[in-house]
Amino acid sequence: MTDTNISVANVSFVRGKMDPALPPPISESGIVGWMKKNLFSSTSNTIFTLIAIWLLYIIVPGFLQWSLFDAVWSGGDRLACATTQQGGELPVGWNAACWPYIGAYMKQFIYGRYPDHELWRVNIVFALFFIGLAPLLMPSIGFKKLNLILMLGVFPLVAFILLTGGSLNYSGFLLPNFIMAPSLLKFWIDFIILTAIVIGIVYGLMRATDSDPAPAVRQTLFAMGVLALVMLIASTDFGLEEVETDRWGGLMLTMVIAITGIVASLPLGILLALGRQSEMPFVRLFSVIFIEGWRGVPLITVLFMSSVLLPLFLPDGVTFDKLLRALIGVALFSAAYMAEVVRGGLQAIPKGQYEGAMALGLSFWQSMRMIILPQALKIVIPGIVNTFIGLFKDTTLVSIIGLLDVLGMINSSLSDPKWATPVQALSGYLFGAALFFVFCFMMSRYSIFMERKLDTGHKS
Amino acid sequence: MKLKLLSIALGAVAFGAVSSASAATLDDVKAKGFVQCGVSQGLAGFSNPDDKGNWTGLDVDLCRGVAAAVFGSGDKVKFTPLSAKERFTALQSGEIDILSRNTTWTMSRDTQLGLNFAGVNYYDGQGFMVRKELKVKSALELSGASVCTNTGTTTELNVADYFRTNKLDYEIVAFEKADEVVGAYDAGRCDVFTTDQSGLAAQRLRLTNPADHVVLPEIISKEPLGPVVRQGDDQWFNIVKWTHNAMLNAEELGVTQANVGEMMNADNPAIKRLLGTEGAFGEKLGLGNDWAANIIKAVGNYGETFERNVGENTPLKLPRGVNSLWSKGGLQYAPPVR
Repeated sequence: MTDTNISVANVSFVRGKMDPALPPPISESGIVGWMKKNLFSSTSNTIFTLIAIWLLYIIVPGFLQWSLFDAVWSGGDRLACATTQQGGELPVGWNAACWPYIGAYMKQFIYGRYPDHELWRVNIVFALFFIGLAPLLMPSIGFKKLNLILMLGVFPLVAFILLTGGSLNYSGFLLPNFIMAPSLLKFWIDFIILTAIVIGIVYGLMRATDSDPAPAVRQTLFAMGVLALVMLIASTDFGLEEVETDRWGGLMLTMVIAITGIVASLPLGILLALGRQSEMPFVRLFSVIFIEGWRGVPLITVLFMSSVLLPLFLPDGVTFDKLLRALIGVALFSAAYMAEVVRGGLQAIPKGQYEGAMALGLSFWQSMRMIILPQALKIVIPGIVNTFIGLFKDTTLVSIIGLLDVLGMINSSLSDPKWATPVQALSGYLFGAALFFVFCFMMSRYSIFMERKLDTGHKS
Repeated sequence: MKLKLLSIALGAVAFGAVSSASAATLDDVKAKGFVQCGVSQGLAGFSNPDDKGNWTGLDVDLCRGVAAAVFGSGDKVKFTPLSAKERFTALQSGEIDILSRNTTWTMSRDTQLGLNFAGVNYYDGQGFMVRKELKVKSALELSGASVCTNTGTTTELNVADYFRTNKLDYEIVAFEKADEVVGAYDAGRCDVFTTDQSGLAAQRLRLTNPADHVVLPEIISKEPLGPVVRQGDDQWFNIVKWTHNAMLNAEELGVTQANVGEMMNADNPAIKRLLGTEGAFGEKLGLGNDWAANIIKAVGNYGETFERNVGENTPLKLPRGVNSLWSKGGLQYAPPVR
């Protein structure tokens, strides 16, 4: 009995060491398993997978064949991309991309018709933009406030001077010409009068609302001082040759319009969204009319108005720069859209947050700045970026008013008989599509990154 | 950014004061130092930037000619690319000094827009292109054809007029852009491709096999293309008109860009008057007496600009045709300088 007990105890039916884990069955792991799980898990899934594979099969090889394998990569004119029927050397029936045409026009696609010897100015602006933007976009790098001031205050001024050449001539804007002939002196006298008027208005407003006028007047003076400094710098002659905006074009123009639109539309949009929710009837009415008015007309109409109708309203001899007109139009247009996006975020904030902010004794602006807007803007990041991407692509519409953005430049180059072949237009458009895709895709990826970064876990 | 916008706005107001639509365009042009010329956004042979970004073309050369007449140099000109819709406004508002943008001279444009056409630098007309395999010899055989063309241009209306008056059935296949029209025609979506003859020549280069297609002899519309100026400034109107006339007279008299220097010593009184060695014709225009000599030096005579931009040695290969001098059976006829 005892023996038996001992022998039983000695029989090791309990494992001393772990058996190595078996690999999962081949049908559940590896490529096969992944495919089984994701591509062929059900009948409908299998059907969709097969359709997708078939679509890829008919599109991708043909696309690669057209754009890469069969494409022409070098040459000096249309004959490089012409078949024997068209006067060239390629076999009859050849049809693929003509890249030397893109190469020959690359400079124009990027810089427009900016003078050759001044291209360094555009390059510096591009470089400054990316150098300034990169640290702003990376949350781990500090000095955000300084960076923001540089990008929103200093960079636009530097870019403006570099791109246009600066040294603006002011000739006054307020006093009628018979009192004093237009001159730089008259401009500054006008400016001082304007400053006095503005300060008068601010002072009056502050007194009327029983607040202390001193800080408001100080701030106004500071703002007018900054404005004067900016205008002084813009009028300084740095010895740069003037480059008119009608020589701007290509990617450079697209970026100028898109960035101006993006940067101007966000603050304007936030103000309009707040205005629309305001309890002050005039502010609310103004915001509603502004937003609905701009949203109610297509961007093409806005651009047409700015370029065709506006010059007829202006007095003889006064012409606004066409690019400036388009910039203002685009900025106000996108501000109206942005306002509605932001309003969506504001409405998603529970009422308790507003009440909590009020209970803490915060003023309206304080509660907006510290409590409401950070939450609201975080919610609507996808919507904001959506608007940005839409705006970036909408910049192509400016080509109907004679401003040649990337697409306009491509269209314009299509008329060059030196490169005219059946594949010229397709090659140009493919290049344009790739360029736009790169920019829009980057914006979209960054928006996803920011969403994850700012996610505070309220979603689940 | 707001600061930037504001500063641009103020700057633009200041800039804006430079150009002016006042009566004396010549004085304004002299004051600003260049001629502002409105051109197309790209039309092969007429006004087209090349891959270096330089403007070339028949319409461009006319503007260079005006600049040479005023300043003695064909480079003192700036080009504003304009869409078809905004071209007249740009001229009316004083944004440009000359509109030289393959613009058809019609009565309504001449009389209703406050503008004047200063001449015709290219006589165009709408034509048809068909496939050779259709064995069509005349547009009158096109009954039942589908016709590819651009939307919203006079081309579409001309086709409608022509087919209706000749009692032919047709079907319009219209597209917004020229390269779409060519693509559709090339792909066989329609039997006939119609646009101005100069355009047919340019678009032919985009066909898969240009030799398979033939241009029919019929020309169904008159499209006299010429430079336009504002009404009410006769001096400027005359300068533009006589720039074109000087180029024609130079061709007629055999004065070319190459020999204009020698021709200054020629005995022919007509050449002397043209080149300003006799008489004071330039002064009466408000220019120097060597105005025409400067034009020829800058861009050559009319025949030379034609050959350089659209002639046989260019990809367009347009024949001179009705644009020959009157003495060679064409329509280009300039009043004499005397």
